[in-house]
Amino acid sequence: MRSAFVNTLKELARKDERIFLVTADMGFSVFESFREEFPDRFLNTGIAEQNTVGIAAGLAMSGKIVYVYSIIPFITMRCFEQIRLDLAYNNANVKLVGVGAGFTYGSMGSSHHAIEDISIMRSIPNMTVFCPGDPFETEELIKRSYELPGPVYIRLGKNGEPVIHKNRNKIEIGKPISITEGNDLILITTSNTLELAKSWVDEWGTEGINVNLVSLPTIKPVDQLEIRKLIDRDIPIITLEEHSIIGGLGSTISEIIAESGKGVKFKRMGINDMFSHYVGGADFQRKKLNILQKPEKSWFLK
Amino acid sequence: MVHDLEKMQDLAQKVRIHVLDMVNYAQSSHIGASYSIVEILVTLYSNILKINPKDPDNSNRDKFILSKAHASCALYAILAESNFFPLETLKKYYVDGGVLPGHLDKESASGIEHSMGSLGHGLPFGVGLSYANKIDHNPGQIYVLVGDGECNEGSIWESAMFAGHHKLNNLTVIVDYNKIQSFGRVDEVMSLEPFGEKWTSFNWDVHEIDGHDFEQLITVLELKSTKPKVIIAHTIKGKGVSFMENKLEWHYKSPNPEQYDEALKELENKK
Repeated sequence: MRSAFVNTLKELARKDERIFLVTADMGFSVFESFREEFPDRFLNTGIAEQNTVGIAAGLAMSGKIVYVYSIIPFITMRCFEQIRLDLAYNNANVKLVGVGAGFTYGSMGSSHHAIEDISIMRSIPNMTVFCPGDPFETEELIKRSYELPGPVYIRLGKNGEPVIHKNRNKIEIGKPISITEGNDLILITTSNTLELAKSWVDEWGTEGINVNLVSLPTIKPVDQLEIRKLIDRDIPIITLEEHSIIGGLGSTISEIIAESGKGVKFKRMGINDMFSHYVGGADFQRKKLNILQKPEKSWFLK
Repeated sequence: MVHDLEKMQDLAQKVRIHVLDMVNYAQSSHIGASYSIVEILVTLYSNILKINPKDPDNSNRDKFILSKAHASCALYAILAESNFFPLETLKKYYVDGGVLPGHLDKESASGIEHSMGSLGHGLPFGVGLSYANKIDHNPGQIYVLVGDGECNEGSIWESAMFAGHHKLNNLTVIVDYNKIQSFGRVDEVMSLEPFGEKWTSFNWDVHEIDGHDFEQLITVLELKSTKPKVIIAHTIKGKGVSFMENKLEWHYKSPNPEQYDEALKELENKK
């Protein structure tokens, strides 16, 4: 996803000289080519995220379209009030790009885990929240972020994820995307768990279990009518995310279900309300915490 | 350039009376913090800023950021006196159904560059404006007014380091050094001294002046520099109304009818 981001940004920057990249001293082996090609439109503010976001707002108010990059906890939580006021309240044309969704930096420890970012970012007025799940969604949503004036938060995984989308149709803001069709279960996922969800669906497929895998790379805004259509199908729904079950995808879908008046079998899968004290990568963290494990088919099969 | 000091004095008193009326009518806070910056605002808006109320969005304009946004009523008063909006609008400060909030909302009226209210936000934003003007070869100058208590915020020093490193000589910071912050005297809560040396060590040009003296303000504001410039303006909280001067309580209080009359009398006698 990181390469898709940088390559798409370079493509946009070649066409539009307002594009500006700001980093809080992150991007080693990522941004060298951007800096070389656009030296006047690259700024390393040093390790000072509050200042970074304030500067980004000032640049945006001077007509730039500003992309700010860092690791998720530092670009969302260290400078949260700057995001709330300088970006969102002022409706500044700044895109925050965070890398390291969920347990991407698993072995680094909980300081580097990104488990609350969707929740806090989606609660800010004026803020749009994108959580691409593969390089194609990343490319598409970087383009949508460029087209959308105002603040956007873009949650990236890491680098080297496989492309899950077979047909590369334009991704529209707020629309869920069906990756596979099926009537046994609706599995909705967002961000870096798209690959995991697809692997489960493929395995179930070999057993004759057909799952409607839905990718929802826009957490805010969400097209409520499209989600209502899924609820109206009256088959079990599971949400899957590498994020706290409080405030993320699961909460977003629950809110719509709750207001729909329909009773549908529903489960949120995500990170329970806890910090991890285990040492290890993302898969290891999932196993040790006993989360994001493939659900028993008996839960959703009639 | 001959400056009409008498006119500036006159404008300062008008601003103080507007502020008194606004705070009194709305029964709001922060009159002391507004009074310490009146001469600074009058100097900027009558002598320094290249701005035009008829063309407030001109891309080459100078920009003024009031980072200590709790002193908003002083800014509203000088903007109204500078024809950015009618004086009538000042009656719509802070009250139900009003137009001008306690802290700044750029959507509320013309001439307000940034919505803010929490401390430590204006300088990073101003640094962004300065940096953009540098790379765009835009002649617009950026002025940021911060409070002394506000300099407790780490973001001020993040920005100070950045601006010094990038030699942003289109940026001027004015510190309203009135020596009183929310819950005590600055030298008791969190001493800033040696204050000038701090800025010098961050590679800024440092000037210390009497922040109520128009001639000193004009002189240092007009100085050119190869570095970002900070003006440490020694001021008096509540300046202009003797019973409010240098009193912490006037960070919060609004006048009762007797205090209002007494304050108005003193301000009008100075006109």
